[in-house]
Amino acid sequence: MIADKSILDSKIPEGPIQEKWANHKASVKLVNPANKRKYTVIVVGTGLAGGAAAATMGELGYNVLNFCIQDSPRRAHSVAAQGGINAAKNYQNDGDSAWRLFYDTIKGGDYRAREANVYRLAELSTSIIDQSVAAGVPFAREYGGTLANRSFGGAQVSRTFYARGQTGQQLLLGAYSALMRQVDSGRVKLFPRREMLDVVKVEGRARGIVCRNLVTGELEKYAADAVCVATGGYSTVFFLSTMAVNCNATAIWRCYKQGALFGNPCFTQIHPTCLPQAGDDQSKLTLMSESLRNDGRVWVPKKKKDDRRPQDIPEDERDYFLERKYPAFGNLAPRDISSRAAKEVCDAGYGVGPTGFSVYLDFGEAIGRLGENVIRERYGNLFSMYHEITDENPYEQPMRIYPAPHYTMGGLWVDYNLMTTIPGLYALGEANFSDHGANRLGASALMQGLADGYFVIPSTISDFLAEHRPDGLNTTHEAFTEIEQKVADQTKQLLGINGSKTVREYHWELGRIMWERVGMARNDEGLKKAITDIQALRTDYWKNVKVGGEGQELNKNLEFAGRVADFLELGELMARDALTREESCGGHFREEHQTDDGEAKRDDERFCHVAAWEYKGDNETPARHEENLTFDNAKLTQRSYK
Amino acid sequence: MKVNVKVWRQENKDAQGRFETYEVVNLIPEMSFLEMLDTLNEQLLKRGERPVEFDSDCREGICGTCGLVIDGMAHGPKRACTTCELRMRNFNDGSTITVEPFRAQGFPVLRDLVVDRSAFDRIISAGGYVSVNSGSAPDANAIPIPKDIAERAMDSAACIGCGACVAACPNASASLFVGAKITQFSLLPQGQAERHKRAVRMIETMDNEGFGNCSNHAECEAACPKNISIDNIARMRREYMKGSLKAV
Repeated sequence: MIADKSILDSKIPEGPIQEKWANHKASVKLVNPANKRKYTVIVVGTGLAGGAAAATMGELGYNVLNFCIQDSPRRAHSVAAQGGINAAKNYQNDGDSAWRLFYDTIKGGDYRAREANVYRLAELSTSIIDQSVAAGVPFAREYGGTLANRSFGGAQVSRTFYARGQTGQQLLLGAYSALMRQVDSGRVKLFPRREMLDVVKVEGRARGIVCRNLVTGELEKYAADAVCVATGGYSTVFFLSTMAVNCNATAIWRCYKQGALFGNPCFTQIHPTCLPQAGDDQSKLTLMSESLRNDGRVWVPKKKKDDRRPQDIPEDERDYFLERKYPAFGNLAPRDISSRAAKEVCDAGYGVGPTGFSVYLDFGEAIGRLGENVIRERYGNLFSMYHEITDENPYEQPMRIYPAPHYTMGGLWVDYNLMTTIPGLYALGEANFSDHGANRLGASALMQGLADGYFVIPSTISDFLAEHRPDGLNTTHEAFTEIEQKVADQTKQLLGINGSKTVREYHWELGRIMWERVGMARNDEGLKKAITDIQALRTDYWKNVKVGGEGQELNKNLEFAGRVADFLELGELMARDALTREESCGGHFREEHQTDDGEAKRDDERFCHVAAWEYKGDNETPARHEENLTFDNAKLTQRSYK
Repeated sequence: MKVNVKVWRQENKDAQGRFETYEVVNLIPEMSFLEMLDTLNEQLLKRGERPVEFDSDCREGICGTCGLVIDGMAHGPKRACTTCELRMRNFNDGSTITVEPFRAQGFPVLRDLVVDRSAFDRIISAGGYVSVNSGSAPDANAIPIPKDIAERAMDSAACIGCGACVAACPNASASLFVGAKITQFSLLPQGQAERHKRAVRMIETMDNEGFGNCSNHAECEAACPKNISIDNIARMRREYMKGSLKAV
């Protein structure tokens, strides 16, 4: 492993942490208002990051081309976020501040995020709430008309703003409405049902994309002065996850293969409160918002394989294991810690439900204390969703939950300006690696997506554009033809194999490998086996997959085939990254590296850095680069939630 | 369990469509309706036949992507439920289930069960927003909103834009969708400045997109997976009336 730091310049501004962003904004180069319309910016993705970025850059006067795989920008997966969004407003007067939010986020991420980025995020959090309220987002209110807050995992203050259990939907609709206003004004051109299949580079710079029109199957080329990918995370590599079934890594993976470094690919978040799996043909796992842990108590029976009904198990025969192990945070311990604790009790044989792989989330005490109406008002839609799926009434008996792959902290490596290692190529939101370190705290994803989209990229992109004036380049340039041909060849190859196993069967098998060996607990032997197993599965895929249909038509199975081909490469990189990171931190738990009481044990001597991987060719070992992380403001300590 | 599905097949926008019936086996009652269709597609692929194309994404009832007419009902027989949330336990073992796309002039069929709902985006772009640029907002608590007003606005804002209201309506009207958005902003102080112009423009766009008028069947409310009330349509009419009386 050779550490080459030369290509990783994080461009963190000088000065005290509280002044970095203000100073930076004051020093970036600007594009004259009259010249902005001469620039074209491509934004791929219409979620919180992409939608907000496209809308805001349209407002500024840039000519924006905005793409999404969904039939409407309003359906991007940000829509599914339930619980809330953090902001250091301190409306509750409970001692919150940008500093505290910064500190909680750095600590929650187990000291594997950049201080400067996280502080900026905390600082911008308040403007996001202002912006969203002004756009008509109906956040929860108190009777006096002021905004309501609740507390969320990993924090000791109430700083989470919410709109019932549909906060992501409401924030996305806010960004979507701003976007559609720009579409109305003509500054943003919308391209729904398009899948980005590659980035086009001219003289080393990102100058456009090639995408598939998902209705006609035709390949389309678009040129621009800069390209922003905001295409979300890649938990669907596990097959079963809380992500939407179309979430994929293809856009960022193809950027990686064009030279953008991939940061911390193994940092994935396993969310503690999901519905347990019911059968082998299940297509996804449903998340129950973490906000439920505010009033729900997590427990298992003290007796192994106790098959009594939960309501028949007396109080003193229940193990409220989170409250027992983490008395200071109790049921509100961070996600990685809560997930691992649930896995531990289930592995030890205390799990409940038909498979023994679930734990109770019990509202009995809260309903007794607050009344059913209050609980219904707070979580009504979540309770009915649970009831719908499981046919069990959570007002009468405890929910059953189990951890599931949820969010990916890893993503394209970006500098402070959100630019990848390819000049002119930016990554926003979950698609980048930047702000959450090794574990994301609840209600921080919406914050990061909107901070990147509404406030960061609109400020930082001008610094690049001012230096790179429009030059009239268009899609007739040979670089576009080359990439188009490459993409067309891959489609042809996939359709030509005509083997005997379906895309879904391969995806399912990959998911099994990932969940068992690159999931909640990892070890040297398992990761090495995962790498060889994935390689073998990938080789088989290109010999024996059956896709069906034609290229020039609406063909969803072909879309999936391309995505699974990329997952079969990404999965290996995740395992490789996990294998090389010989420490435990946040959601990355290496069994060899734990404290005496089973907590994650970091190795700050060797691993206080971001691992950024460089593609070196198919079937070549990628190169690992390191960006050292320095902590001048937060104190590097063993995380404790006890 | 097993079921027979009678599915609408149509190669493309211009092709003549038809029903095909397939037997789907090895199902369990916990499965969602879309997982049943996934199973069917795996069976079709294995036999070398074209899978049935249908849209879906989040599979937890919030993105609004999925939408099928099942046995004549948009999103199927269960109230307040999207197609993806519908479970096979709602069907009898061995039954025959008819599956069609959402049918409306405003929603052309693209292939099989996939329809084009981009008309909804065009309606929103005709005023379904508050004109406020990023970075120019006042402090969030500077706009106090009584709790009951915020809750009512949220009831309307909960619309997922799936289009079941259109599919269920004998007139293929989009009034519930449009009414919900107009209502949300007409209740909130942020929406006042553009209130009248918004109502008129959005309704004109709805008409131009080929959606019909509302004649109070209330089928939309019955089909809505988010329980959006037709009160939103009543309010939309009042907003339109006020808007058209003002100089727009």
